[in-house]
Amino acid sequence: MPLLSCQDLSLGYEGKAILEHISFEVNPGDYLCIVGENGSGKSTLMKTVLGLIHPMKGKVLTGDGLQQNEIGYLPQQTVVQRDFPASVYEIVLSGCQGRQGFRPFYSKEDKELAWKNIRRMEIEPLARRCYRELSGGQQQRVLLARALCATRKLLLLDEPVAGLDPKVTAEMYQLIADLNRKDGITVIMISHDLEAALHYATHILHIGARIYCGPVADYLCSETGVHYLERGGCRP
Amino acid sequence: MTLWDYLQLSFVQNALLVGVLVALCASLLGVTLVLRRFSFIGDGLSHVAFGAMAVAAVLGMTNDMLLVMPVTILCAVLLLAVGGNAKIKGDASVAMISVGALAVGYLLMNLFPPSGKSNISGDVCTTLFGGTSILTLKSLEVWMSIALSIVVVVFFVLFYHKIFAVTFDESFAAATGAKTRLYNLLIAVIIAVVIVLAMKLVGSLLISALVVFPALSAMRVLKSFRAVTICAACSSVLCAAVGILIAAAFGTPVGSTIVVADIAVFAGFSLIGFVRSR
Repeated sequence: MPLLSCQDLSLGYEGKAILEHISFEVNPGDYLCIVGENGSGKSTLMKTVLGLIHPMKGKVLTGDGLQQNEIGYLPQQTVVQRDFPASVYEIVLSGCQGRQGFRPFYSKEDKELAWKNIRRMEIEPLARRCYRELSGGQQQRVLLARALCATRKLLLLDEPVAGLDPKVTAEMYQLIADLNRKDGITVIMISHDLEAALHYATHILHIGARIYCGPVADYLCSETGVHYLERGGCRP
Repeated sequence: MTLWDYLQLSFVQNALLVGVLVALCASLLGVTLVLRRFSFIGDGLSHVAFGAMAVAAVLGMTNDMLLVMPVTILCAVLLLAVGGNAKIKGDASVAMISVGALAVGYLLMNLFPPSGKSNISGDVCTTLFGGTSILTLKSLEVWMSIALSIVVVVFFVLFYHKIFAVTFDESFAAATGAKTRLYNLLIAVIIAVVIVLAMKLVGSLLISALVVFPALSAMRVLKSFRAVTICAACSSVLCAAVGILIAAAFGTPVGSTIVVADIAVFAGFSLIGFVRSR
């Protein structure tokens, strides 16, 4: 049973469609990369899957016991966050907020989960440090730990390596690949980096004028894939 | 008279109590407002309250709170809870509502001078700068301030983690199932209540100072949200108390004196932050 299925989605703002007839499924254990040109609607698609934007048409269905509030999300950084006075621990713990309902305080289990994910992301020494003093790569690890507090099954990542240097980028990709392969967490990632997408992902969703969804191997032979790769100038 | 003598006076006691409570409420909410880039909302909403007061005066209402409170709450909700989707965003919408309400209020007071009041500009000045009205509080106003302050503090404690989550990253909170719209709505209502309360104390022009200074001072040196919140609350309470005592002893305007105390604390914290970072 698919973890997530999108059926004939049409997306857009204020009555104008920017994407139409998108259908795809994500099965447990998949690593799906969403690629496409700037402005093709990748972030809008992700926000729709998360329920932040209502689709103009079509449905987003979760399955396999996944609830809408059990999706972990790593958004792009906002201006507000850059000088935010918060400790790493406070931020990671806030990942548990979605399950709180009207309970005012975090339970012992929530706090343990936060510490577990802090250790998992290897940021324990930074736990009491202030978020704004961390490097870009460290900040991404904090936000990934927070996303892990919100989910056990599905992670949505919106350009997780934007602005990181090559070494940290490689570490970040490895970290995400480990979560997918070792912990069995399903990953959906928006990426500009086609090379990495082809290397790590199991499936590709290409959106834009042409739409492709399917396994990586078939993408390389598909018309959409060949066309995009030639224009992008990278061949694996 | 010595300081002790002043503390024996019941109007000074009332002013201290109400001043400290309002300063506490304003500083608690100030942290989230400053971080969301809504520093000027205090100013904007207080002008709305001023405009509503003018309308109430023109209409000859005996209890103007019945009009001022709902109007201010409505504007706060429009700015904070609905604002994210609006076409005019953030600072522009605050500025628009702020100057608009001020102008309409002043115009109305000039066109239809409230009966029995000849000194309109003096009246306006008092509303804007607070004058000495905190030293002339009636006991009903004192009790109302106490009750509302308790509500605000209890709300803040119960919703502390939710306020943190929506302030730091609203889309993440919404995506993972937090009721961000409801929390934003509640925060907006509470902010409107605090601002109407604070108008009595420092007047509408200086409310922003009460909202932004304690939070900004605390952010110079402290590194966690909890520490910043606690420190902002403490420094705000301290500045309000010192400001009121100085104002009572030397006859200076209460609002301005409190703000000067806040500025002094900000300068001190900035210096500490600067020395530490070297």
